[in-house]
Amino acid sequence: MRVAIIDYDSGNLHSAAKAVMLAGRERGAEVSVTADPAAVARADRIVLPGDGAFPACRAAFDAVPGMNEALSDAVCRRGVPFLGICVGMQMLADTGLEHVPTPGFGWIGGRVERIAPADPALKVPHMGWNDLAFRRPHPILDGIPAGGHAYFVHSWQFRVADPADLVAEVDYGGAVTAIVARDNIVGLQFHPEKSQALGLRMLRNFLDWRP
Amino acid sequence: MLKTRIIPCLDVADGRVVKGVNFTSLVDAGDPVAAAAAYDAAGADELCFLDIHATHENRGTMFELVTRTAEQCFIPLTVGGGVRSHRDVRDLLLAGADKVSFNSAAVANPDVIAEAADRFGSQCIVCAIDAKTVAPGRWEIFTHGGRRPTGIDAVAFARTVAARGAGEILLTSMDRDGTRAGFNIPLTRAVADAVPVPVIASGGVGTLDHLVQGVTQGGASAVLAASIFHFGSFTIAEAKAHMAAAGIPVRMDQGTP
Repeated sequence: MRVAIIDYDSGNLHSAAKAVMLAGRERGAEVSVTADPAAVARADRIVLPGDGAFPACRAAFDAVPGMNEALSDAVCRRGVPFLGICVGMQMLADTGLEHVPTPGFGWIGGRVERIAPADPALKVPHMGWNDLAFRRPHPILDGIPAGGHAYFVHSWQFRVADPADLVAEVDYGGAVTAIVARDNIVGLQFHPEKSQALGLRMLRNFLDWRP
Repeated sequence: MLKTRIIPCLDVADGRVVKGVNFTSLVDAGDPVAAAAAYDAAGADELCFLDIHATHENRGTMFELVTRTAEQCFIPLTVGGGVRSHRDVRDLLLAGADKVSFNSAAVANPDVIAEAADRFGSQCIVCAIDAKTVAPGRWEIFTHGGRRPTGIDAVAFARTVAARGAGEILLTSMDRDGTRAGFNIPLTRAVADAVPVPVIASGGVGTLDHLVQGVTQGGASAVLAASIFHFGSFTIAEAKAHMAAAGIPVRMDQGTP
């Protein structure tokens, strides 16, 4: 199995790559961190990490020649399983509202809005470990206990248009989207590569997923 | 519900832990990577490496340590000490740090925070503030290991760096650091109330009640400690159990699934 982690000059690829490598070791996964659209076209699994502001991430992604076309061909036309992490998940939306409204891939309907906890004492960014509440079953959750903790660090969140796309939420002065999914696409707002055993299990689930 | 984080901090010099870490399980307690892995297994919520004499010559050593740590630790790692520009941030993030902490460079010019946050996002930019009490209810920033006063008000400075894009404040009381007398609660409370971002309380922890006070009285989102964990006075699990008993939500499921 070939796993491509897309390198578009956004944040911490090292941690994500190491965690995917560890998760894929027993499965003989060949993990590459790549900015080469040809490598993405050949991949059996595609991971899009992302840290930073939505418009900056989108611009950095668009700046990789041929990547947009290679990714949408693989994910939308050929159905290759795709995992977005943090801003890589948010870019699945129609629009991101951070700084200036910026188009996402539009693969899962919705908008990325600022977190606004009902309790004004709650700080933004939402930073730390929060417990997952599942909204519907999904293979990414295999072996994950409800109430398990994942590590979040973000100020913006994906509000899906269709509740069927919502897989898990956490509570932070109101519901905050944690996992979205549709067809062969899954997105995690938290960092599986920083969420210890729970995160590694989800990465293994992603590699085993046959949508 | 978001859980309150417990963050062990390792002081690192020339690639070795200074002040030592006393885990019976460790063959080499001076190796930061081994210590980090032990804390990961013990249920720490994050880790912090502080390069205490960061010089240009030993940066390579730190990068190598961070890389090796990221290979075996799957909790967030903050690295600070000698961070001067967005280039240092980039190098540390690429090595495997999850967050990078500015200190003196931000005091000299708070715009370094804005520049780094614009490039890499606020979520990975921490501003460390070392403050000393100069009058009741007044705290001033000191640099160079607490030796050099700056005349800058700590609470006002915290507001400034949060506005420039720091995603978190690591607040150390120079009065309390190393005393085991507990956090400086009025300072912690003043800064936590002044900024919209999370504040990590640091400096002075000697008992588990001190950790509780940092949260319940100081308003901190996370508590950082070094010696009580390094010397085995308390385990991370004991600290969490104590905080939970005091009604503070903590993460207890690090071993699952």
